[in-house]
Amino acid sequence: MVPHILWTDVLIYLLLAVIAGFAVYASRHEHLRTPWRQVTRRPMAMGALVVLLAFVAVGLLDSVHYRPRLPGSATQTSSEVRSALDALLSPLRRRTEKTYSAPFATHAHGRETVLRPDGALARAYPRLLHGGAHLTDGESRLADILVKVATATGTVLLLWLPLAAWVAWRQRSPGDGWAGGWQRLWRGESELPWRTLLLTLVVLLAAIANLAWLSAYYHVLGTDQVGQDVLLKSLKSVRTGLVIGTLTTLVMLPFALFFGILAGYARGLIDDVIQYVYTTLSSIPDVLLIAAGVLSLQVYMAHHPETFDNVTTRADWRLLFLCLILGLTSWTGLCRLLRGEVLKLREADYVLAARSLGASHFAIMARHLLPNVMHIVLIAVVLDFSGLVLAEAVLSYIGVGVDPTMDSWGNMINGARLEMAREPMVWWTLGAAFLFMFTLVLAANLFADAVRDAFDPRLRR
Amino acid sequence: MTTPVDQAILRVRGLRAVFDTPEGVVHAVDGLDLSVAPGMTLALVGESGSGKSVTALSLLRLLPSPAGRLAGGEVQVAGVDLMRLSERQMRTWRGRRMAMIFQEPQSSLNPVMTVGDQLREALAGEDRRLPPAARLRRLVELLNAVGIADPEHRLDEYPHQLSGGMKQRAMIAMALAGRPQVLIADEPTTALDVTIQAQILDLLQRLQRETGLAILLITHDLGVVATIADEVAVMYAGVIVERAPRATFFASPRHPYSRQLFRSLPARGKRGGSLETIPGMVPSLRQTFAGCRFADRCEHVEPRCRQQEPPWLTIAPTGVRCHRANDLPPLTISEPVPAHPTPSADTAPSPLPLLDVSDLHMHFPIRRGVLQRAVGYVRAVDGVSLSIARGRTLALVGESGCGKTTAGKAILQLLRPTRGHVRFDGYDLTALRGESLRLLRQHLPIVFQDPVGSLNPRMPVGEIVGEGLCVAGVPWHERQRRVAELLEQVGLPDEAMRRYPHEFSGGQRQRISIARALATQPRLIVCDEPTSALDVSVQAQILNLLKQLQERQGIAYLFITHNMGVVEYLAHDVAVMYLGRIVEQGRLEEVFAAPRHPYTQALLSAVPVLNGEGPARIILGGDIPSPSRPPSGCHFHPRCPMAGARCRREYPAESRLTATHVVRCHLLGSGTG
Repeated sequence: MVPHILWTDVLIYLLLAVIAGFAVYASRHEHLRTPWRQVTRRPMAMGALVVLLAFVAVGLLDSVHYRPRLPGSATQTSSEVRSALDALLSPLRRRTEKTYSAPFATHAHGRETVLRPDGALARAYPRLLHGGAHLTDGESRLADILVKVATATGTVLLLWLPLAAWVAWRQRSPGDGWAGGWQRLWRGESELPWRTLLLTLVVLLAAIANLAWLSAYYHVLGTDQVGQDVLLKSLKSVRTGLVIGTLTTLVMLPFALFFGILAGYARGLIDDVIQYVYTTLSSIPDVLLIAAGVLSLQVYMAHHPETFDNVTTRADWRLLFLCLILGLTSWTGLCRLLRGEVLKLREADYVLAARSLGASHFAIMARHLLPNVMHIVLIAVVLDFSGLVLAEAVLSYIGVGVDPTMDSWGNMINGARLEMAREPMVWWTLGAAFLFMFTLVLAANLFADAVRDAFDPRLRR
Repeated sequence: MTTPVDQAILRVRGLRAVFDTPEGVVHAVDGLDLSVAPGMTLALVGESGSGKSVTALSLLRLLPSPAGRLAGGEVQVAGVDLMRLSERQMRTWRGRRMAMIFQEPQSSLNPVMTVGDQLREALAGEDRRLPPAARLRRLVELLNAVGIADPEHRLDEYPHQLSGGMKQRAMIAMALAGRPQVLIADEPTTALDVTIQAQILDLLQRLQRETGLAILLITHDLGVVATIADEVAVMYAGVIVERAPRATFFASPRHPYSRQLFRSLPARGKRGGSLETIPGMVPSLRQTFAGCRFADRCEHVEPRCRQQEPPWLTIAPTGVRCHRANDLPPLTISEPVPAHPTPSADTAPSPLPLLDVSDLHMHFPIRRGVLQRAVGYVRAVDGVSLSIARGRTLALVGESGCGKTTAGKAILQLLRPTRGHVRFDGYDLTALRGESLRLLRQHLPIVFQDPVGSLNPRMPVGEIVGEGLCVAGVPWHERQRRVAELLEQVGLPDEAMRRYPHEFSGGQRQRISIARALATQPRLIVCDEPTSALDVSVQAQILNLLKQLQERQGIAYLFITHNMGVVEYLAHDVAVMYLGRIVEQGRLEEVFAAPRHPYTQALLSAVPVLNGEGPARIILGGDIPSPSRPPSGCHFHPRCPMAGARCRREYPAESRLTATHVVRCHLLGSGTG
């Protein structure tokens, strides 16, 4: 097993480091700490955060890549790149069917010609290789599922109750015992919204346990055209969505910050030039730029096959390139916002005071202007995230998105669109992509809302 | 002279207004009684946070809901209790029986509606049903009544085409449109310049004489009170602490708070020593008070003041809420010293001035068209010369728009002057560029007016104060030590270093600004209206601090202000600016004792005088002309009561009256300069 680091992995680790650095910085600065503390007190935001963290965990597991050794060889490694998530989900990966099967199905979705034991040929729905294979013919599928759901949920509850009890114990006020703590917790009187946190956690854990337990026996979300488990594909798509949503921001942020603040502060010719650049850029349709960028990358890769030696690397490059292009086309909005704000701030007395004390232009931009536009940056970044996740789906659908071999929600939708016309309809690929995307974007939007409210000075209490 | 209750048109009893906040209930107005008779003016005086504006809003039931609500009391207008009316009925009362004018004429007029439309909206009752021609006549009549020239034409103009004074007149016209019996004026002149303020106060008095309006005037400015009020009510922490007829109030204020306010007013007579200040701050109105609300800041406090709420005592004609109202010593305010003993520094001015500004011009081009060609210039500063010696204070006085702030910025090279020279300590600042200018700037810091905007909200105070040191490359440890020292110098605890500006009050923030300016041990500080956003008692603290710093460290100040009281208290020299030029300049004694320029005379006479016995007021007509199109000849001639033919033709030359006193006016003989 040899670690294999993809370019997007590097950038993800870098982003993690930046976020950790910002967290340390914010915890030392009162004006940043206060609004964040406000965010932590909002039940909805904290519930959304738990869901977001679950997505991030999946994405991070999928960002630890390695190449397994070839069986029977000490030095040779496979050209296939796997991730920690792949290893974790390898049972799912191995359990492939022939083709489509509905969620929880025991039989295939389409009729096939099968050889009866009596030697006659017949058209029938064949049994699946893995889905519900443990059931004997007469056994009820529903009863089996219910038993498994009850077992999984029960186990989670048993694990969860001590945790809840521990939180209640911590919450009790001096003087009253358990009952008081429970009461405070139940009425939502604790400082952190523990009630919502615990409830979200139990729902999330129950969902995970059920999925894990059931997917060992069934294809919970069905299988796709080549018989691959849709749940596996959906989980693998999480990383793609997150990478597009976050790395794009990382690419765009330096442009937006630097040019926005510079244009607002310097004014005059510099401002004119920057304004020309971003008005030009934002009047070209984004799809056109992205299509051109992705296609030229494809041509380049076709001419240099030696650099891009395997499928994963190639798909990764395309993903990274997509982030770059999306970033290059989306910095203009934030840049314009920042320019406007800085135009206003540069006339502020404290900026004049700093100038009268001889502070250099760079010091004024970095020490006085940047911290005062940070709230706008934060709001824009969090709001952009969900837009970008959705943009990936649209771009993959029209064929200029991520590599077709890469798991992504956009590719899942693209693959499912033709099957919508089948009778009976194959709805589950689309449904699964919708479910995952919806959950992620909803959680991100709820969280973004809370962040915006906390940083909006007009709503400050 | 107190209003007999039966005559009063507006009568308020036990009014209580509260605000619900996450931290608790704020009792902004806590049991307020007042009454105003027709044709009378009651001035409600108080510092910020005393609840006077909330009172005004409560009377019209306009408190911002849902946070604010009326918790009790009754408000009777012409015998009807407004608190019992439904909101629907209340709407017919607002603007009809009772009208209100606000502080900020700028934001109280809708910028996208013409003055005529807004005025038409304010009409009430029969006036609304008038035929169009008659209605137009009524509108013209209203604008005429408030002294707006050419009313037919003005009706079709938008608010931005009017000057500040005219906007306030239009606001008053709107208030009068409903033919009210009671007018509530919330700081009607605070946003205006002294000469415009005098016009508006005059207008209010005239209107009152003509229509018998009852006016409730809300203000923080004792000068305004002295000019216009018949009766004075002093408000402190949500209650009225003293009520008296004007003359009695100014002759012998009874409540310790009123008395201490008087003593903290800056004036020439107090130059020798430091001003008296009121320690502490207005208490939080979230608490419930056991005793007197002023007890913690009172110099005459007794144990019973803290335990027992003081009763309302009547010492005719004054009513006062104080336990000790009867046994306080008589109030002594130091008398004006006519011949001020000049300090030694005055007699021997140093040969080389610290700052020498000659012929400073600051013109802003007005650009038009596609090619952005300059079609004209705003002559914000148009040939200003002045000099400041070490350890002296020069006050640059003028109304807003006269270019005094621009002059300050141009001197510091925050704006590059169009022409002229600024010599500081031998260096010509206008010739310096880049790095050398940047390094020299440390010796020329500035203190701004706005205590909120001048401190970076995202920086801890320690870093704000240390900014100049940081630029000078002082190492971190040394910097921390210096910052602690500076904070101590301006009277702040050194734990302030780690806190953020929003945790401090206005006065404390201004101290932080001063500490920041002091950090680099400057010899000159430019102070741009450093006290005009502060309450009187806080202003006194800041002025004391500035004076003390000057005495100890020999710092010179360029003090930009419009407040004549502050000038008289602090300045050694005065320069009066009008439309970009200095019209009169000299030693304080010379200029204030015998102002020679008609503008200076008008400016000084427009300052409301406390005892009401000032020189005859000269009320200037009109507004300051635009600096992009200055009048021909002497800039002041369109407003000058003594202008002659020559004044319209040529700009007057300097007339040098003494070695230091210079005036630019044709009336003072020609040829001397």
